Amino acid sequence: MNDTIEQVRALAHRTVTDVRYPIVKTYTLDPIWVLYDRVLRIDPQRPDDPARDRFLLSKGHGPSAFYAVLAAKGFFPVEWLDHVAALESPLGSHPDATLVPGVEMSAGSLGHGLPLGVGTAHGLRATGFPDSRVFVLVGDAELDEGSNHEAIAYAGAAGLANLDVIVADNGSASHGWNGGIASRFEVNGWSAATVDASDHEALYRSFTTDHPDRPHVTVAVHRP
Amino acid sequence: MVFIADPLTDDRQTLTMRDAWAAHLTDLVDADPRLAVVLADISSEMFAEAMKAHPDRVINVGIREQLLIGTAGGLALAGMRPVAHSYAPFLVERAFEQVKLDFEHQGTSGVLVSVGASYDWAEGSFTHFSPRDVALFDTLPGWRVFVPGHAAEVPPLLDRAVRADDSVYLRLSLRHNENPHAVPEDSLLVLREGARATVVVVGPLLDNVLEATADLDVTVAYTNTPRPLDTAGLRELAADTGDTIVMVEPYLEGTSAWLVAEAYEDRPHRLLSIGVGREELRRYGTAAEHERLHGLDAEGLRARVRRFLA
Repeated sequence: MNDTIEQVRALAHRTVTDVRYPIVKTYTLDPIWVLYDRVLRIDPQRPDDPARDRFLLSKGHGPSAFYAVLAAKGFFPVEWLDHVAALESPLGSHPDATLVPGVEMSAGSLGHGLPLGVGTAHGLRATGFPDSRVFVLVGDAELDEGSNHEAIAYAGAAGLANLDVIVADNGSASHGWNGGIASRFEVNGWSAATVDASDHEALYRSFTTDHPDRPHVTVAVHRP
Repeated sequence: MVFIADPLTDDRQTLTMRDAWAAHLTDLVDADPRLAVVLADISSEMFAEAMKAHPDRVINVGIREQLLIGTAGGLALAGMRPVAHSYAPFLVERAFEQVKLDFEHQGTSGVLVSVGASYDWAEGSFTHFSPRDVALFDTLPGWRVFVPGHAAEVPPLLDRAVRADDSVYLRLSLRHNENPHAVPEDSLLVLREGARATVVVVGPLLDNVLEATADLDVTVAYTNTPRPLDTAGLRELAADTGDTIVMVEPYLEGTSAWLVAEAYEDRPHRLLSIGVGREELRRYGTAAEHERLHGLDAEGLRARVRRFLA
């Protein structure tokens, strides 16, 4: 069993096997690990349980950390990590939900996860699972895509309390976010917390913050 | 300012396709807990009661078309059957990457229902026209396309769309035929038989075609489910008309030509494609006038078919 973050980080680096997949990005490892290790109610033995929580990796680029966590938690064999991006591998440079157990959305094109998360949040409420939660991870540069802002404004107005967003902020947005990322959400009625992306306790506290009448955003700041 | 026709209604019809769709969808939503409706302000007033009754299943996201399609895709991910709706250019063209990625690429499917069609709101002009929509769906795998020719054809087509496993595009229009027709599932409805050509007509152009070909020796076959196109049935009919075919479509001219060509890989055929022209007219007026400018009124159709058969 791989149950420490060091072991999972090693798994993530195991994905460096091919020239087509040269860059391992693990700055999202901490928030994804905290989610899967301590927060999400997901059983790898029952990946289709309709009551499960959902994690949507919207920022599909550089999914090494995500693949490593899924493998560590038993969604698929760790050996899969040795062949990422090969022709017959289910694991590619962008995750495909139809190929990988535990992957909830096919990603790669930026700006799709948050609108999909809005629909999933409504869908869980409508199908009798109002306590099931939807977590969407986006990048700070991904926020450039206007579709996110359509979703942020709507989800705040609709008070989608079963929706959580994590912004993995590594300072890569070309024009930055003047006034701070959290303010973009707060002005639309979200609750927000900005934390150090390597502080697991702070991540956990934010992911488990009570927000009964509104969606919540965690801005996880990573500055190497 | 006096508008000739309201974009949302048409005083020549007691019941528009949109009216029929909204009324029937409201009933379906009441009966089926797996069904959801996503709107982007357009037509939202028709679902005011349904929104109150089903706040998580009948949703208006405001004027946000990327979110419209994405939300429908998310509902599908949660196991629901979503129906998303707006004006055709905003529903299909504005957020086409969402149409492409938020259903089939996710391993899900949904139903998209448009109004506006190719030139319904003529005085609104080109921003509200979508003659290229069906051609765009032809670039995606597996989409069914339904194009009713009368309001009474809408409820059974909506039933099929909601029941289907595939994604479905339902294209509503203010243009319509005088009477509805019951088309056998996934095949062509033969309304007239002749020897010189097989004329296949889609949806609301049927009456124009029947008038245009009244004294021509041609077969006329109607469909309101052009995708998948019944090319096997078309070949059977055309075998008796010298493999001479006319496709009349209320959207971009030539949209179905590739399917006819594919069906005739093994055999010579002649095809005349008639539909909405590619060029922007930059004219206002009425939908009937635009139909005439595109040569889709009875007179224009008759001239082109006669030339083709000469």
